[in-house]
Amino acid sequence: MSENTLIDDDFVAAVRRDMLKFAQLQLRDAALAEDAVQEALLAALAGGRSFAGRSALKTWVFSILRNKIVDLIRAQGRTTNVSALGDDDAALDASFDALFKTNAHWRPENRPFGWGDPEESLREERFWAVFEICLNHLPERTARVFMMREFLELETDEVCRELGITISHCNVILHRARHGLRRCLETSWFAPGEKPC
Amino acid sequence: MLTCKEATRMMSEAQDRPLSVGERLQLQMHLAMCRGCRNFRVQMDFLRTACRRYLGRRGSEENDSRMP
Repeated sequence: MSENTLIDDDFVAAVRRDMLKFAQLQLRDAALAEDAVQEALLAALAGGRSFAGRSALKTWVFSILRNKIVDLIRAQGRTTNVSALGDDDAALDASFDALFKTNAHWRPENRPFGWGDPEESLREERFWAVFEICLNHLPERTARVFMMREFLELETDEVCRELGITISHCNVILHRARHGLRRCLETSWFAPGEKPC
Repeated sequence: MLTCKEATRMMSEAQDRPLSVGERLQLQMHLAMCRGCRNFRVQMDFLRTACRRYLGRRGSEENDSRMP
């Protein structure tokens, strides 16, 4: 397949839309996301590489975008005060504490239940819509640390270094994010009995 | 003896660093007795899988058929 048939306007538009969504989730800044996507697309298309198919091309474009996002985060890292605890973070912490009895064991009604075969969910389009909503629902700074760790796959000590926070603070933030995401998925997707039509 | 709350913190940290032998032992003892925390642990692994898949999926899903 020649590159000309791979890269038509419709394909670029579709990839661009997916990239923008991803970049905005990471950067939470529409203009910055727009720039990153534009640069990544240009770099990918100017590379003159040939690809086995659209899927391979898309993977390549996204790997360029991921590197751009890491660079941007490194550049702007210390300018945001990630250690400030927002109201939404405090609310998330309170919602975590509320899961436990005073002796710090689970309240029976909040005890995590089995999610069946969650792998099956990963194949469902609607699951990913819920997943994205839950991600967007995390407090901004908390989400940022979590995404650096889980999406950009930086090691925890690098995340801490970039953001100028201690490892133990980083652990607290990651735990908060995982709690938020877990609870959101549990109540919005895995809750037994109610399946949206 | 770990509380469930402490166990969840340890299970979150286990996603980011290797636990010490002592921590692993404490956690294992707790998990042996606590179904809720066993579920929690499986769910932590699931979150990691989902995040990896999210990016891979955005990056490589074959959705040519949905495109005009």
